[in-house]
Amino acid sequence: MKLPPARELAIPAVILAFGLAFPALAPAYRSQMAFLWVMVVFALTWDLLGGQMGYNSFGNIVFFGVGMYACVVVQRDLHLGYYSTLFLGMAVGAVLAVAVAALIGSGLLGLRGHYFAIGTLGIGIAAGELASGWDFVGGGGGMVPPLFPGAVGGRETFFYYLAFALAVITFPVLRWLYSGRFGLAINAIRDDEDKAEAMGLRTTQYKTIAWCVSAVFLGLMGGVVGNLVGFIDPREVAFAGSTFGVWMVLMAILGGKGTLWGPVLGAAIFHVTKELFWTYLLGWQRVALGLLIVVIVVFFPRGILGWARERWPERFGQGVDEAASEGGR
Amino acid sequence: MDNLRLLFSAPPLSLQLLLDGILIGAIFALAAYGMALVWGVMGLINVAQGELVMLGGYAAYFLYRAGIHPLLGVPVAAILLFFLGWGLYRSVMFRVVDKDLFISILATYGLSILLQQLANGLFGANVRTAESGFGTLVLLGGAVTIAEIKLISFVAALLTGAALLVFLRRSRMGQAIRATAQNARAARVMGIDTDRVYAWTFGINAAICGASGALVAMTWIVHPYLGLPYTVRSFMIVILAGLGNVVGVLVAALGLGVAENFAGFILGAEYQAAFIFGLLVVILVWRRFSLARQRRYLT
Amino acid sequence: MTPILEVHQVSKSFGGVVANKDVSLAVPPGKIYGLIGPNGSGKTTLFNSIVGQHPVDKGSIRFAGREITRLRVPQIARLGVLRTFQQTRIYRGMTCLQNMLISVPPSELTWRSVYRRSSPAEERKAEDLLHFVGLHAKRHLPGGDLSFGQQKLLEFAMALMSQPKMLLLDEPTAGINPTLINGLLERLRQANQELGITLLVIEHNMRVIMQLAEYIYCLAHGELLAEGKPEEVQKDQRVLDAYLGAT
Repeated sequence: MKLPPARELAIPAVILAFGLAFPALAPAYRSQMAFLWVMVVFALTWDLLGGQMGYNSFGNIVFFGVGMYACVVVQRDLHLGYYSTLFLGMAVGAVLAVAVAALIGSGLLGLRGHYFAIGTLGIGIAAGELASGWDFVGGGGGMVPPLFPGAVGGRETFFYYLAFALAVITFPVLRWLYSGRFGLAINAIRDDEDKAEAMGLRTTQYKTIAWCVSAVFLGLMGGVVGNLVGFIDPREVAFAGSTFGVWMVLMAILGGKGTLWGPVLGAAIFHVTKELFWTYLLGWQRVALGLLIVVIVVFFPRGILGWARERWPERFGQGVDEAASEGGR
Repeated sequence: MDNLRLLFSAPPLSLQLLLDGILIGAIFALAAYGMALVWGVMGLINVAQGELVMLGGYAAYFLYRAGIHPLLGVPVAAILLFFLGWGLYRSVMFRVVDKDLFISILATYGLSILLQQLANGLFGANVRTAESGFGTLVLLGGAVTIAEIKLISFVAALLTGAALLVFLRRSRMGQAIRATAQNARAARVMGIDTDRVYAWTFGINAAICGASGALVAMTWIVHPYLGLPYTVRSFMIVILAGLGNVVGVLVAALGLGVAENFAGFILGAEYQAAFIFGLLVVILVWRRFSLARQRRYLT
Repeated sequence: MTPILEVHQVSKSFGGVVANKDVSLAVPPGKIYGLIGPNGSGKTTLFNSIVGQHPVDKGSIRFAGREITRLRVPQIARLGVLRTFQQTRIYRGMTCLQNMLISVPPSELTWRSVYRRSSPAEERKAEDLLHFVGLHAKRHLPGGDLSFGQQKLLEFAMALMSQPKMLLLDEPTAGINPTLINGLLERLRQANQELGITLLVIEHNMRVIMQLAEYIYCLAHGELLAEGKPEEVQKDQRVLDAYLGAT
């Protein structure tokens, strides 16, 4: 895999440096910043399904919640030392999330358009309700992951870096996925699934793979967030369908769905704005959030990068090539 | 499943659940009609449907607090909510009408959060009821009881639904609405102001929700987070019955009311919400597989 | 010579409406055959039945000797039967070049190779075909930005890219500027002769289909009315009556 030219590496390098240095620069905001990376992964994994493939899911939160619960259950029941159980738990969470994805995918991925959206919404909320009734995972009282060994404040730093690492891994993986013919295939499914089928594309296979890829990263992130927050509530933290589950959609839309950097940009702006609302508009922050959602959807449906792509199509590789050259781009 | 065994050993219990389910089903039907109206005419799925119901409930509650009998809350809530719906269309929804359906889902979702949190902030999260002061009917020698208010709500819901149908059939605006639902472009060519039709449609939907909300407040309770289950129920009923199917919506709604009641009893109240959402998924997947055999898709 | 496509007594109804009734036809490999008939005679329904878009009520369809009646659309497409759509369908959000690159023969998209970038050979072939249909200069434009006629050409190029064994064309000249029709016909003949693609073409334009096809089937009211060489069908009184509406 060859690396892109230096110019393209500038922005990622800056972000990488910023992310690595942050806990030292502003330790008071480590948890909030960790959530920025969580949001980035939320937005990127949502965009894989919604922006690139046209399957607008409100149920991705299920993978996140499954991963979170699986991880903490492993941590609760296996005693192999903190870090071993943590990473094992995360792995189990990811595997379980993929299993769930394959299972519900077989039913839900056959739905189209808004039926898929609402079906996934139903799954997301049902999962939360089921988890709050299941005593094995603590029922309505939720669960508490084991205490982080090490100095006070070490937990926030450790899980900050874990979240950051996950975000840093998710991005190039998706970039690689989109660069191959698989990326073209899911775009084709988005643009005209019937046509894709009529051309012989294995749409069911590609949809399931995309769905499972989302599930892996979300499942892993679930374990991270469960430990970062220190408490798992079935409806508010794990299967937070009406918060995280919908925000991931909005962030991708805000930044520009169907682009690589759009979800990242959208996540950053949305998260920072939300944190500002919570700090300065206490009491009315959720009202402001509802208003923000309406504003984004009504006034920025194409998102920032979507708008940029219409304004400057050449920058995105589109345009008429009057010089009828023989090849190359 | 002790509760299940109980049902078999005491048949009047089943009758009770059945009756209660049918009675509440009529209210579900109202909200579902409104959703079908907005969906069929404007191509919008209104995720804030439940919040409109909730606001109607609060209207009835505040009337009751002001000393007015909450039954009057039904028409008052309907009128107030009509203006709210009209206003929402003119300020926000008109921008979303011609965009794709997914955008309308998100926009109305944002609206639902907004309304829900406003209600929470203004009215507080406490559960309220609008006492209507009606008694209880006792049947079958005490084995089955029906709160009179539930019966009254049932009748009121049916009347409201009938009034809606008459309006759509007979009035000029009603006809304009139906024409626009069939073919918006043709309607415009014929001189119908589709923008105004949409505003009226959204307003009427809000009014219907307001009326059902008032009934809910009297018959049960109202609180700011009442909304989402009503939205999901309306959606389920509409996809089960199909958009144009008037009788189907009523039947599906009554069926849902009964099913929910039985599920709540057998599985326990905590699982009632899970039942609703789970049922939604089951219905969608079942539809999907039955259509797949004909190689068609739910659109 | 075994026909590459055999349709035997196929019937299809939608609700109470009979769209196809006991239709039988056969197309030998490498030929260009035509399917004509007045509007509503069931031509597109027959196409849809052949490619598996809906199940048929009765009858059997065989491709290259293989029973395909119960197969689904993607499976039939992977056997080498492609179709173009009357309303012309392409991937509107992707550039023309991308439309072409995702139209490589499905057999080349194995579960491993699908994650690779398109090879230079594929890109060259895509660009050559875009040249062939005159869309090379627009290869970086989103498909949705093309005119209707250009989209039709793109759809045709995509079909060629996929190297089908048989191509079912649904009104390929509809909506095309009359001055460009001859060029399109030339390209169709070229695809047939040089690439060996069997063509079954639905057409309303009589001049076009009489020039293009070696043999013609005529449907009316969902049934096979007449068949034969173009000169014969042209003079067949039943065909003339069907088009003029006399029953």
